[in-house]
Amino acid sequence: MKFKKILAALLASSLAIGALTGCGGSKKEAGKDGDVIKVGVFLPLTGDNAAGGELELRGIKLANKLHPKVMGKKVELVVADNKSDKAEAASVAARLIEKDKVKVIVGSYGSSLSMAAGNIVKEAKVPAVGTSCTNPQVTANNDYYFRACFIDPFQGTVMANYAFKKGAKKVAIIQEVSNDYAVGLAKFFKDAFEKLAGPGSVIETANYQTGDKDFSAILTNIKAKNPDAIFAPGNFTESALLVKQARQLGIKAPFLGGDTWETQEFIDVGGKDVEGVAFSTAFDREKATTPEAKKFLEEYVKEYKGEPSALSALAYDAYLIAINGIEKANSLDTVKIRDAIAATKDMEGVTGKTTLDKNGDPIKGAVIKTVKDGKFKYLDFVAPGK
Amino acid sequence: MEIFQTIANMTGAALAQHVANGISLGSLYALIAIGYTMVYGILLMINFAHGDIVMMACYFAYFGIAVFNLPWYITVVVTVVLTALLGALIERTAYRPLRDAPKNSVLISAIGASFLLENLANYLFSGRPKRFPRIPILEQNVSLGSVQIQVISFVIPVVTILGLLILLHIVNHTKTGMAMRAVSKDYEIARVMGINIDNVISATFMIGSALAAVGAFMWGVKYPGITPMMGVMPGLKCFIAAVIGGIGNIKGAVLGGFILGMGEIMIVAFFPQLSGYRDAFAFIVLIVILFYKPTGLMGEKLMEKV
Repeated sequence: MKFKKILAALLASSLAIGALTGCGGSKKEAGKDGDVIKVGVFLPLTGDNAAGGELELRGIKLANKLHPKVMGKKVELVVADNKSDKAEAASVAARLIEKDKVKVIVGSYGSSLSMAAGNIVKEAKVPAVGTSCTNPQVTANNDYYFRACFIDPFQGTVMANYAFKKGAKKVAIIQEVSNDYAVGLAKFFKDAFEKLAGPGSVIETANYQTGDKDFSAILTNIKAKNPDAIFAPGNFTESALLVKQARQLGIKAPFLGGDTWETQEFIDVGGKDVEGVAFSTAFDREKATTPEAKKFLEEYVKEYKGEPSALSALAYDAYLIAINGIEKANSLDTVKIRDAIAATKDMEGVTGKTTLDKNGDPIKGAVIKTVKDGKFKYLDFVAPGK
Repeated sequence: MEIFQTIANMTGAALAQHVANGISLGSLYALIAIGYTMVYGILLMINFAHGDIVMMACYFAYFGIAVFNLPWYITVVVTVVLTALLGALIERTAYRPLRDAPKNSVLISAIGASFLLENLANYLFSGRPKRFPRIPILEQNVSLGSVQIQVISFVIPVVTILGLLILLHIVNHTKTGMAMRAVSKDYEIARVMGINIDNVISATFMIGSALAAVGAFMWGVKYPGITPMMGVMPGLKCFIAAVIGGIGNIKGAVLGGFILGMGEIMIVAFFPQLSGYRDAFAFIVLIVILFYKPTGLMGEKLMEKV
């Protein structure tokens, strides 16, 4: 009988844990609905993309701390974890809208996750501002999805130009095929690179799945083709393992990637093997020119220690876009908020001034970074439209 | 035919590299598959928490080396002991109370144990990946001509074969092993014959979990990003390996592991355009083999398990 009790205690504690991790944000029901304006935070806080999600949550919390009020009312963040899972993302987004009755949603990290919520926000007519979801499909044909980051056709072109400028004539692509972000980015890179170096200059395209750990087979194939550079957009953990295994197999070609690589875990897992990779991202201290950016840098270092990543900066800006929309609409009608967000022009944020185009995408430049001595280091800046 | 061209273009070095990769991956699967097969052999239940036991072992090793600064060889021992205890604890709390319940209840309990471990790890260690500690002696490269092999890739097959031999010895030549075989034949009768089946089943879980711990350690050295969900895919693959080999049969599990690991590498080697469908390969092989041999390659009709 004693063991039945222990079992019951174990089960009860597991339920408690589930409750703690599952809905950390909705714990405190502060005041009545009239006193606060609810903003949904829609991010992967567990699962494969958790590191990115947590960095963005930092940015949103910081923005909320510095800009806690809109229309004279307190902004309450309702944090929801989409668990890095497309199916979960759809139900979490529905819950934010139907149960928590948020006026606007901020997030997500990851294009696949944002796209999973696309139809839900569109049908409920609640605007969403993506943080770092760079695939064009997120905002295309969806009047209710906006974003704070640049999009993949631009990012892919930037990296193709960079590879070509560095003397690469034939490149290989290794993409995380179950990730809309990686597939889109790889396609735009391929289009841009073949325009520069001629058809057939992308000599191999290999695929892997999210969560894969062993890349030895595709890397052995690619080693035999001897490319000048390898473009490998994907999740940071898989990418770090991929680069590591490539070096272990004796592949010397430089690796290029996208903005997902800018997490400490990429360096932790990859170690010395990821030194010298190049990737595009949205923000760097070197380009922090606006007063908002200075405030952000100061507060971030105070609050979290260490250097902020582009993900935190983008999430900060996404929150600002959302709050500005509510302020300008001067109404809690979600359709009016949407219209105000769509009209965002020259809004000053951390990553520069944001103007949204007719798709809801901002027009902004990219920073190219590398890893040196275990730290991210600024390499170059590419202005928009190049 | 594209396939012939792929083979014709493949150099000897590349082929040798693929074979080395396949052996290394296959023996890792084999080691973890043994744990599945042992538990099934005795209890006729699938321990779905086995993959998560692998995950927990990775975290034990991480804390041993990175937090408590133990030398890696001592950490291996500590990890094996802790994981064996964890295996016994799971059996004690999640499976033993259901000993006389329908098989389905135990299966659900196993899935529950799996979720509990995943969420517990998520809560305790956070969802962000941690880097498995560096062990330079195992990570360094050996060059055989143009073939690059990590030391760990030599160690894994050796450990797997060693583990297999030790296990076969325990099962076939010791008293505990004899009791295990008796329980697997008919545990009601074994109980009547005076065998303490609770102890035998605990021992089975401890041995299976200890092997999982060894596998986890080598998994961590080879693929150093550890997360709370890392056990799910290896768990699934190794379960398939155990079924391919004939679940309940220890040698079969090793064979199944090698077939699966080698197959996954070779399908990418010979059909590079199929590289995204690598996981599907495991399931196709499973279906084809079960179609012709429903009990698996080395499984027997009468189910002489273990």
